[in-house]
Amino acid sequence: MSAPLLAVENLSISFPGEAGPVRVVDRVSLSIALGETLALVGESGSGKSMTALAMMRLVPKPGRIEPGARIAFEGRNLLSLSVPDMRAVRGAGIGMIFQEPMTSLNPVTTVGDQVLEAIELHAKLPRAQARSRVIELFGLVGIPDAKRRFGAYPHQLSGGLKQRIMIAMAMAMRPRLLVADEPTTALDATIRAQILELLRDLATKTGTAVLLITHDFGVVNEVADRVAVMYAGEIVEEGTRAELLGRPHHPYTQGLLRSIPKAEARGRRLEEIKGAVPRPGHWPTGCRFHPRCPHAFAPCPGTEPKRTTLSATQAACCHLLDRSVEP
Amino acid sequence: MHWVSDIVVVLLISAAIGAWRYVSRDRFWRENASELWRRRPFAIAIIGVYLLIALMDSLSWVDPASDANALTSGKPRTIIDRLFAPETFAEASYSAPLASVAFYGGQPLFHPGAHLLGTDLLGRDVVYRTLKGVRVALLIGGLTSLVVIPIALLFGVSAGYFGRRIDDAVFFAMTVLASVPTLLLLIALIMVLGKGTVQVCVALGVTGWVHFCRIARGETLKLREADFIAAARALGVREGTIIRRHILPNIAHLIIITFALSFTALVLSETILSYLGIGLDGSWGQMIDQARNELSRTPVIWWNLAGASVALFTLVLAVNMIADAMRDIIDPRTRKEG
Repeated sequence: MSAPLLAVENLSISFPGEAGPVRVVDRVSLSIALGETLALVGESGSGKSMTALAMMRLVPKPGRIEPGARIAFEGRNLLSLSVPDMRAVRGAGIGMIFQEPMTSLNPVTTVGDQVLEAIELHAKLPRAQARSRVIELFGLVGIPDAKRRFGAYPHQLSGGLKQRIMIAMAMAMRPRLLVADEPTTALDATIRAQILELLRDLATKTGTAVLLITHDFGVVNEVADRVAVMYAGEIVEEGTRAELLGRPHHPYTQGLLRSIPKAEARGRRLEEIKGAVPRPGHWPTGCRFHPRCPHAFAPCPGTEPKRTTLSATQAACCHLLDRSVEP
Repeated sequence: MHWVSDIVVVLLISAAIGAWRYVSRDRFWRENASELWRRRPFAIAIIGVYLLIALMDSLSWVDPASDANALTSGKPRTIIDRLFAPETFAEASYSAPLASVAFYGGQPLFHPGAHLLGTDLLGRDVVYRTLKGVRVALLIGGLTSLVVIPIALLFGVSAGYFGRRIDDAVFFAMTVLASVPTLLLLIALIMVLGKGTVQVCVALGVTGWVHFCRIARGETLKLREADFIAAARALGVREGTIIRRHILPNIAHLIIITFALSFTALVLSETILSYLGIGLDGSWGQMIDQARNELSRTPVIWWNLAGASVALFTLVLAVNMIADAMRDIIDPRTRKEG
């Protein structure tokens, strides 16, 4: 395998709490190959958005990335870049789409000008040329009547259109990696499908790798090449889409998949994972999932499960899979 | 020095034209401006008249061959002076509106029937003095706002945006200023700086920026967490550009509304300064202060007070009405969705 586009190693993020720092992301490692779409799945509070923000070095204060982490993007460690160099990576190297298209656009500036700003930040282009780039981008992300929409204000556009504008903005400089933080959560189901299709199209057309953060396996199924599942700040299982959706090994992944409503299960009670995600700082010892795990046994509360490689692409952290642990 | 104000007038007019061109290019402001005109045509017209009078009172020149004339020779005179001030002998003391004899003593006037609102203690025409007060009032409101708004924006926005130490420092400064009685601070400042238009405006500005700074800080604090600021950061926008392109336009409506509201407060506070004897020369406050002495006499000399008060009241009312309408138009919470 050639060097990945992005390789995150040993990433921990902590926030100061009343009793010392509280970790929200714990020793996360993941990698994304060129042109690949990786879905980062997890419930709310599992640390997936923080992981994404860390890649842009935009972890909100007072949170901080703990030393010892490495985020290599195209061979350069982003964590040791100077502020101006990091700024050049943002937008040009890594683009980002946010969850809320309603509030992610400046309400007092026309959408065209905002996308124009994204272009002018990283490329010295004559105004007219940049403008036609914007209109071209609008066409690329499927905004009808692009010329007229250039001068529109955000409040004049629907949520789906706004999310398309956000995508246009993030794609303005053809970044090699697009980080999409729950891009469809705030949208209607019909619009969701369109936006996902657009993301998939863009990824194949431009060869952009995508880190897609979601809690929705429907979304995973639509677009992801590979999937990583996060629970309580850790990656508990990762693998290709077929592997994860077909043969999930971690009980948490299995539970998540079982709790998706299915047509053939109509009329039966929807399965759920009992309990709630533990809050950061209150993570259980040993395997963090053990209080909610239907298969928990002796070693689970005491020792942390090791990462078990299941295939060339699939791995999970669970005592059930570790042959060295005696049941 | 009369040419200084000529230059200022030219600068102000060009600034106004520049602002107008910017406003008419940007649809958001253009629509709001026309909505404002639709709602408050009368108040805007009044402000227009006031501005015109102030303008006419700001352009002055010296007549080349006027030495035959003892009263005005060699002095620069504004358009208002030329239109309303008598070039020759003036009256000696009070006279009633349109009177032909002086109020006390009954001597014949130099300009019988010409003083629409009578004359004051020193025989000066009240209409003329009222019109001269327009420029002073607008100067107090406008110049002070020019002091207040940049200070308040600089401190408020940087405190809100950068937080931490800067916020602590700004908040400390605001708390200290707010803990000193405003009037005492004003008097102290004017004593230190001296009496004069610019000095009084600076003093009013130094005491007046706290309120607006607090608003700017709070609003910036809120905007800093907005998703579109995060999106701009994720695009690699510099902090300075974020403030200029994303924060300031989003508090522009607050700047305008606060400007309008503080304008009237400043014009009114000048009357209090005049009452204390530290106001500006030629202001309505001074006219009212002088008229105050005559109110206890019989028969009452009311026209001095009336001239200044009506002019003051009209200006304050018009500006307040415009500010109110602006708040309704710009504030998304009070605007009808359409």
